[in-house]
Amino acid sequence: MPTKILHKEKLIPGRTSKLVLDAPQIASTAKPGHFVILRVDEHGERFPLTIADTDPVNGTISIVYLVLGRSTQLLEELEEGQEILDVCGPLGRATVIEKFPAPKKVICVGGGTGVAAMHHIAKGHHNAGNYVIACIGARNKDLLLFHKELSLFCDEVLVSTDDGSFGQKGIVTDLVRARLDSEGENIAEVVGVGPVPMMQAVAELTRGYGVKTTVSLNSLMVDGLGMCGACRVTVGGEMKFTCVDGPEFDGHLVDFAELRSRLASFRAEEKIEAENHRCHCFEKKEG
Amino acid sequence: MSQESIRGAKIPRHEMPCQEPQERIRNFKEVALGYTAEMAHDEATRCLQCKKPLCRGGCPVDIPIPEFIHEVVLGNIDEASRIIHSASSLPAVCGRVCPQEKQCEGRCILGKKGQPVAIGRLERYVADHASDEEVPAITRTGHRVACIGSGPSSVTCAGYLARLGVDVTVFEGLHEAGGVLIYGIPAFRLPKDVVAHELDNLRAMNVDIRLNYVGGRTVTPQGLLAEGYDAVFIGVGAGLPHFLNVPGENCNGVFSANEYLTRVNLGRAHSFPDYDTPVARGKHVTVFGAGNVAMDAARTALRLGAETVHIVYRRTRAEMPARGEEIEHALEEGVQLLELSAPVRFIVGEDSRVQGVELQRMELGEPDASGRRRPRPIEGQNFTLETDLAIVALGTRPNPLLISSTPDLALNEKGYIKVDENGETSIPNVYAGGDIVTGAATVILAMGAGRRAAQSIARRMGLEQ
Repeated sequence: MPTKILHKEKLIPGRTSKLVLDAPQIASTAKPGHFVILRVDEHGERFPLTIADTDPVNGTISIVYLVLGRSTQLLEELEEGQEILDVCGPLGRATVIEKFPAPKKVICVGGGTGVAAMHHIAKGHHNAGNYVIACIGARNKDLLLFHKELSLFCDEVLVSTDDGSFGQKGIVTDLVRARLDSEGENIAEVVGVGPVPMMQAVAELTRGYGVKTTVSLNSLMVDGLGMCGACRVTVGGEMKFTCVDGPEFDGHLVDFAELRSRLASFRAEEKIEAENHRCHCFEKKEG
Repeated sequence: MSQESIRGAKIPRHEMPCQEPQERIRNFKEVALGYTAEMAHDEATRCLQCKKPLCRGGCPVDIPIPEFIHEVVLGNIDEASRIIHSASSLPAVCGRVCPQEKQCEGRCILGKKGQPVAIGRLERYVADHASDEEVPAITRTGHRVACIGSGPSSVTCAGYLARLGVDVTVFEGLHEAGGVLIYGIPAFRLPKDVVAHELDNLRAMNVDIRLNYVGGRTVTPQGLLAEGYDAVFIGVGAGLPHFLNVPGENCNGVFSANEYLTRVNLGRAHSFPDYDTPVARGKHVTVFGAGNVAMDAARTALRLGAETVHIVYRRTRAEMPARGEEIEHALEEGVQLLELSAPVRFIVGEDSRVQGVELQRMELGEPDASGRRRPRPIEGQNFTLETDLAIVALGTRPNPLLISSTPDLALNEKGYIKVDENGETSIPNVYAGGDIVTGAATVILAMGAGRRAAQSIARRMGLEQ
């Protein structure tokens, strides 16, 4: 159904925005970990985005995206008050949130726009009564996402930037390593959401500490409804489907190399799309 | 038996006019062009008008076949259409995609010694040429029914009940209605306007079709009952594809037929980059499987510019489950059939893309449970087929979304929804039909299931005897 954009916040101008969508049917049942499939216009491609937040009272969901290809470019061209042609969900399995009594703590790691999806999961842990340490990283201060939102409820928010312009200088896994070292067995679970190399690095790090690690995968999808098998991933040697078995899996069992290579399946076509931009500017002027 | 019929039985079956193979592999337009009025009349005169028609027993929905054919002989196409519609809701679809050679035509008495009456082609002729049925005057009863899914079973159930004055809402998870008729069957076999016409008919009867409502997620059977629907019909169709389970299968360039066809049919990837959904365009394409979906994938690959397309099957052509006409059309178009071969592994390049597939020669042994001779490998006869696009068409499993969200639904041992003879599930007033009950089957069987459930719902509402 056409879904109205109630609010648009440009988090990083031209690169990343947050949209608050009027989607009461989805908001009423969506839980942390769920995603939606969107299609921006009649010629558009279906693509998944993890839900960053929900407000069941006002019937809204929030999504955050990085402008990366044709579909997110078209999405970025839409303004408040305009509609996204198709939004369906909530899809995927909700995050399994265990309750960990004190002194146990949960570390939620986010990178890139994955911070937004991590935000919803961190909120779920917080609402379950868990002590949540958020670790977020970016290249520099201006590219940092959701710092304010996470600060509202997380027990701690740790920040790293590559250039040291905010928080600790370095990468986000450094923050995680330091806490794993200082907290020892108190860290009950690590959740990682972000670019594949980041999730892989987090999983490799925590493996050494034997800490349960959950990652949220961003596989390519077509229907997203458990029909096509595009999003297949190998987890613990078995074929799994991100859209219905995931998107969250045990980070220690995911074949990240295969995931990275499958994400590049349509690299050549993505280049063709970039050269054939379909603009909505004229429609907007007329409308 | 009329004099005309006796004469007719002696004339040969009328071939279906088709686009020439060399022309049609360059477009997605319908391959079979349909009978002319003269062909339809002459073909109809071949029917012997048997007193005890065997053909009818072969039809899963019991269409009064000799009766409608008789009306074609008389030129009463609208009356023929009315007769078909008394038993079937989607004749324009079924006339095109039913496996007639295994059903009605397979039983036709003329087929014993020669060629059976072309019942399917006549059905299609009637559906394509009858005047549009007038929307019946509907008296609303106040009853409400929800259909989850918008494929053949759901739209049949919806149409049947709407005619009786039931307020029907159809919930479709994808962005376009029609189910497998839209995302699965290619336009060259079933033009999209044929499906659109059927859906328009539903809307004209006040059926509310809502898109992007995912069964089991946005809506659930219990949720809909709680919302005030009197009954719910589940027709959510097929689910995740089976894969080959051989090494290299997850490399780039290996697709399930579901993904490949959904990209092209639903996503219009044949018109990339005008449409944004991409699809891999292989030069040397290998398709695994031998059903209609395998034929559809192979023929789609040709239309997208493949130089060679092989269908790899571990048995022989005689055992292929695809509709006869689809196999013939595929071969005419240049698809090559590699019988008695089974994949061992994919050969993957350094760029993680498929380069080839290693195949093993097979031979046929004793018949298995399905009655087909079981293939067994011949050792030491492996060979390699160059492949830059591989498509796996081995069938599907039950759709997991609705089932996993509705734990009260009793399932059979294969994981499909269990129903009684009326199509009712273990949850009262929740019905199911189509592939989610039977596993991958045909449009006509799904339609029959939708109709049976609708009749049972109507009886319970007191709308029918």
